Amino acid sequence: MSQLEITNLHVAIGEKEIVKDLSLTIRSGEVHAIMGPNGTGKSTLSKAIAGHPDYTITSGDVRLDGKSILDQEADERARAGLFLAFQYPSEIPGVSIANFLRAAQQARMAEGEELDASAYYKRLYSKMDLLKIDRKFTSRSVNDGFSGGEKKRCEILQMAMLEPKFALMDETDSGLDIDALRIVADGVNTMRSPNLGVLMITHYQRLLDYIVPDHVHVMWDGQIVKTGDKSLALELEAKGYDWVKKELAAATG
Amino acid sequence: MSASTLTETKSLTGSFTAEAFAAHLAGLPPLPPWWLDRKRAAFERFASLPMPSATDETWRFSNRSTLTLDGFQLPPTSASAASLHAPIGIKKSAKLVFVNGRLATRETLAADLAQRGVIVDTLQNALHQHGDRVREHLLAQPARLGSAKFAALHEAFLTDGAFISVPKGVEVELPIGVFSYAAGAGAAVFPHTLVVAGDNSKVTVVEYFGSSVDADAHFAVGANDLYASHGAHLTYIGKQDWSLRTLSFQLNSTIVRRDARVQSLNLHLGARQARHESLSQLQAPGAFSEMLALTVAHDAQEFDQRTLQIHEAPNTKSDLLYKNALRDRAKTIFSGLIVVDPDAQKTDAYQSNRNLMLSDDCEASSLPGLEIQANDVRCTHGATTSRIDPEQEFYLQSRGIAKEAADELLTFGFFEDVLNRLASDELHAALRTLIQSKFKK
Repeated sequence: MSQLEITNLHVAIGEKEIVKDLSLTIRSGEVHAIMGPNGTGKSTLSKAIAGHPDYTITSGDVRLDGKSILDQEADERARAGLFLAFQYPSEIPGVSIANFLRAAQQARMAEGEELDASAYYKRLYSKMDLLKIDRKFTSRSVNDGFSGGEKKRCEILQMAMLEPKFALMDETDSGLDIDALRIVADGVNTMRSPNLGVLMITHYQRLLDYIVPDHVHVMWDGQIVKTGDKSLALELEAKGYDWVKKELAAATG
Repeated sequence: MSASTLTETKSLTGSFTAEAFAAHLAGLPPLPPWWLDRKRAAFERFASLPMPSATDETWRFSNRSTLTLDGFQLPPTSASAASLHAPIGIKKSAKLVFVNGRLATRETLAADLAQRGVIVDTLQNALHQHGDRVREHLLAQPARLGSAKFAALHEAFLTDGAFISVPKGVEVELPIGVFSYAAGAGAAVFPHTLVVAGDNSKVTVVEYFGSSVDADAHFAVGANDLYASHGAHLTYIGKQDWSLRTLSFQLNSTIVRRDARVQSLNLHLGARQARHESLSQLQAPGAFSEMLALTVAHDAQEFDQRTLQIHEAPNTKSDLLYKNALRDRAKTIFSGLIVVDPDAQKTDAYQSNRNLMLSDDCEASSLPGLEIQANDVRCTHGATTSRIDPEQEFYLQSRGIAKEAADELLTFGFFEDVLNRLASDELHAALRTLIQSKFKK
C-alpha cells in the first residue's frame, strides 16, 4: 500500500501564487477527481507534483510513502513511481514509441544492466492488446502528427508500460470526441487496481461518467473547497460552478 | 639567420622539417620516380604555405589559435596492434588494419573476388603493381577548401594506405574495411584510402579512425580519393573516432562519372578539433553524389566541415545532408558551396545543414552558399538550428529518462532520417552502436 501525501502546498509561477495551501492524501487503489473551472490551479498542481521546473513550490510538502520528493528532479520522481498524463503531450520527431518506452524502461534498471529486448516487446505487445492498440502504432514517432485521441492513447500506453504507483491525469478528456473518450476511459479502467492511485483532473463531469471516482474534490482559487463522493460531480453538473462560488461567498461572508 | 626567422620557420613546419622529411623518405621502400617527385614538391608547398590566417574566408568561425603543429611528430616505425579498440564486428569481404601508417594486420579477399580482379592492397604495393591507376587518382584533385598546407603535409609524409579497385561489372557484396589507428603520445598519422570503382561495379568501403586505448593526443591528417566510373555504385562510410585530444584533418575528394552513384556518410565523434573537407565533382550526365554526415559534439569539441559540390555536366544530381548534435560547450561550423558550371543544365542540387542544440552553451555556425552559372537548374539550400524545447525535455524527464539518456534519445531521433538512407541494416546497426558508445564516454 502506497500513499501520496500533499500537505499545505503552495505553488507559484514566477511571483504569482497559483496553488494556495492545498492538502490531499491519495492511497493506492483510490481514484480521486479534482474538478474546477479554468484557471483555478488544477494543472499547476499536477505539474508541480511531477517536478516541472517552471513551477516553484514555495511551501508545504509532497511525500511519496513518507519520503519528501521535493528535492528530486522530475526523472527521479518518475522512477520513484509518479506518472503525469499530459494535457498536451510533446511531439518527439524521429523517436519511435517503441524506442521511447524502451529508454524509459532502461532508465528504471540498475547501471550496467541491459533490457531484455524480446521480453520487453512481449510485454509491450501484451499491454497494447489489452488496450486494443494496433501494433503498428509502436513504430510511429512519439505524438508526431497524432490526432488528439491518438496522443491520449499514447499516454495511456506509456502509463500501462511504466506501471506507476500514482498517476496524475491532467485534463485527459480535453480535445476528445465521445468515442476517443470511451477508449481512453476503458484504458484507465483496465489499469485500475489496488496498486494504483489516480488523481484525475477535469473540467467536465462527462469523464466521470466513464471513470467513476471514489472521491471528488472541487478546486477554486488554488484550494480544495469541497470534497465528496461521486454524487458531488453530478451535483456540480446540475448546479454549475456558480453554486460553489455562492456557497463560498456565503461561508466567508 | 636571425632568431625571429628561426621562430617563424618552426611555427610553419613544427617537427616536420626538411630533415624529418629526408628521414621519412629514407625509411620508405623505393618509390616510383613520379611519386617521389610529387612528395618532394608537396613538402616544399607544405613548408612554404602559411598557417591559416584570421583573414582567410575558408577558416571563418574556426578556432585557429588551437591549430598547431607543435607537440606532434612522426611516430616510431614499430607499433603493435595489441592496444587497439576492438573494431566493430560486421562481416567484411576484406580488411586492412594500419597502425601509425603501417600495415599491422589484414584479412585477404575471398579467392573468387580476387580471381575476378578485385584488389584490396596497400598503397605501397599498388604504387608498383598498379602504378598507372594510382597515379591517375591519388590526390589528383587540389585541396580547394582551405587546407592546402595540410594536404601537402599529407602527401609529403604519406607512408601507406589502402588501395581498393573493383573491375568493370563486378559487385562486391560485403563491405571492405580499412582501419587506421594512431598510437603513442603526439603521433602524427596520414591515413589514405583510394577507391576506384570500375564501370557498373558495386562496392562498399567502411573506414574507421581510432586511437590506441591510452587515448594520447594525436595529429591525424587523412585523405581519401573516391572514383566512381560509369554506372558504378560506390558507398563509403567514414567513422572518425580519434581520441578526444586529437587534432584531426580529413580531406575527401569524390569524382562521379556518367550514371554513377556515390553515397558517403561520415560519422564524426572523436578529436578535440576536427576539420573535414569534402569535395564532390559530378563530371558526366546522370552522376549522383549523396553526401551525408552525422556529428555528435560534446565537451569543448570543435567540428569544422567545409563542402563543395561541383556540377560540371548537365543532368547531374547532388544531395548533401549534414546533421550535428551539440552538447555542453561544443562548437560546429558548416560551410558549403554548390557550384553549377554554365553548361550543367538540369542540375538538381540540394544542400542542408541541421543542428540540434542540446545545451545553452553550444554554438553552431552555418554558411550555405550557391554559385550558379546555368539557367535551368534546381538548387536548394538551407540551414536550421533548433534548441531542445523545455517542454519536450520535461516530457522525457517525466517518463523517468534523465538528461543524459534524453540527449541520446533525441540525438537518435534527429539522426534517424540519415541513418535510414543506408541500404544495409547491418551498417545502420554498427553506426548506432558506435554513436551510443559516445554517450557512454
